Amino acid sequence: MYGYILRRLLATIPVMAVVAIVVFLLLHLTPGDPAAIIAGDYARPEDIARIRANLGLDQPLHIQFFSWVGNVLRGDLGTSIFSNLPVTKLIGQRLEPTVALSISTIIFAIIVAIPIGVIAAWRAGSWLDRCVMGFAVLGFSVPVFVVGYVLMYIFSLKLGWFPVQGYKPISEGFGPFLRSIALPTLALGIVYIALIARITRASVLEVLTEDYIRTAKAKGLGNTGLLLQHALRNSAVPIVTIIGIGIALLIGGVVVTESVFNIPGLGRLTIDAVLRRDYPIIQGVILVFSGVYVFVNLLIDILYTLLDPRIRY
Amino acid sequence: MATLESTVAAPEAPASSRRKGGIIEYCRRHPSVAIGASVLCAVIIMALIAPLIAGDPLRINPINRLKPPSAEFWFGTDFLGRDIYARTIYGARISLAVGFAVAIISTLIGLVIGMVAGYLRWVDAIVMRIMDGLMAIPGVLLAIALIALAGASLTNVIIAIAIPEIPRVVRLVRSVVLQIRELPYVEAAVSVGSPTWKILTRHILPNTIAPLIVQATFVCASAVVVEAILSFLGAGTPPETPSWGNVMAEGRSYFQFASWIIFFPGLFLAVTVLAVNMLGDGLRDSLDPKIARRM
Repeated sequence: MYGYILRRLLATIPVMAVVAIVVFLLLHLTPGDPAAIIAGDYARPEDIARIRANLGLDQPLHIQFFSWVGNVLRGDLGTSIFSNLPVTKLIGQRLEPTVALSISTIIFAIIVAIPIGVIAAWRAGSWLDRCVMGFAVLGFSVPVFVVGYVLMYIFSLKLGWFPVQGYKPISEGFGPFLRSIALPTLALGIVYIALIARITRASVLEVLTEDYIRTAKAKGLGNTGLLLQHALRNSAVPIVTIIGIGIALLIGGVVVTESVFNIPGLGRLTIDAVLRRDYPIIQGVILVFSGVYVFVNLLIDILYTLLDPRIRY
Repeated sequence: MATLESTVAAPEAPASSRRKGGIIEYCRRHPSVAIGASVLCAVIIMALIAPLIAGDPLRINPINRLKPPSAEFWFGTDFLGRDIYARTIYGARISLAVGFAVAIISTLIGLVIGMVAGYLRWVDAIVMRIMDGLMAIPGVLLAIALIALAGASLTNVIIAIAIPEIPRVVRLVRSVVLQIRELPYVEAAVSVGSPTWKILTRHILPNTIAPLIVQATFVCASAVVVEAILSFLGAGTPPETPSWGNVMAEGRSYFQFASWIIFFPGLFLAVTVLAVNMLGDGLRDSLDPKIARRM
């Protein structure tokens, strides 16, 4: 098993290398002079020259790449062109809302999606199952910002239960914090719930046809025990896999949700950076998000061996 | 080596079973295909005949600023007095164009890369590492970054959305190729000396069509959503173009008292994406039940 973990760890190196190359090349593959693009339409030639020298764009490409990677590995993601602050510091300032929203969404989605997925599989073909599957297709189709505005309209503008927009950090109290992220969590959670519920239903349904389920039924095990101990436990691997893959979806969704609900997180940082063409921030955020995605999926792959002792590597 | 079991499982779902009952029988058995396809057709027709059923989406009319829905302006007007109904109808053109273009481009590129990677072992390792890396970058962020640099235009939006979709297509095609290449008829073709390109196009390509059509519909649905997201965030189609995302973006500041600016394009967006997803779901179930396990 340690051999497997080591091999799995080593396998993330080429993935992160490709991510690094893509993120680095993004700036160089686009048509035109990167320094001129960053400087914007109204820049003077000396501004462009200053930016070019600042970013080391006057060096050969491979030297630029290796010095950039070297900096990244040392935890230096460069300096924002607009605010002249280190990118890591800017990311650090905006981390809390994004992490809070992501974690609350994952927890909320798992709590809702797994039970409805299991129930849909248990009552496969019934109206209950159809409702869950219908919701899954619907949840997948309605974009997060449309859901966000509908929720905001109903619960904030009409009913006044939640603040319309904005974010309250945990340090200002748990109640206000929860109220501020309740609607964003709900909006962002819907796609994720649809995804997890669908896979849960499919894999529990498959497990329910197994011989050991029939045996368990024959020996008189109740429905709860049957579904939880046998069916859910044995369908854990695909469910956990989709939770990991769904992180990519979640990251895209966080960026949009933060814009809708005016939450000052990493998503807003990215959008502001895009509008100002603050390239080091864009590079840094993409790198951080991709790293998180790769790391979460690495953890999940390692988790398999614990979840399902039948898996031997 | 291929076993007897895989030989039996290999052939595509016979086309005859689909044609037996005619189109009505098919729609009855797969209602989601029928509903999805009809709604999608309606949106396509709406986009095509937009000039006949709606006024000028760009006409500014300051006297009628932020008017709620009425007999004159069915969906209300925005902060410049532009007709939201006309803008929504015209917006369908952008969304559909992006959806179809991205589906076609990423499917074709993914098909070529996937076939080569699946069939030629030495290419496989390198190509799949690159695809794994690309898949690790959140698609929306990659698209935003590409547009931020390349500039906002319809072509750039299509390219930026297509690139993150390619790895998923590659994986799907590769998995089909890996399975098919072990089958006796491919071995037979190799043994009689068929050139590689002929094996790929004559024997392997036809097997990828069914899963690819299904995948293309899902790519189309996702592309429509991503286009709207990019435009909504201000990093998509140029702001003067009336796309659903742009119309909604312009309504953001007025949401608290003029929510119709966001609701109507949002509704059309959601219904269109739902239709395409239903079509994809239904096609997946009807074309080949085996695909379901692969996706």
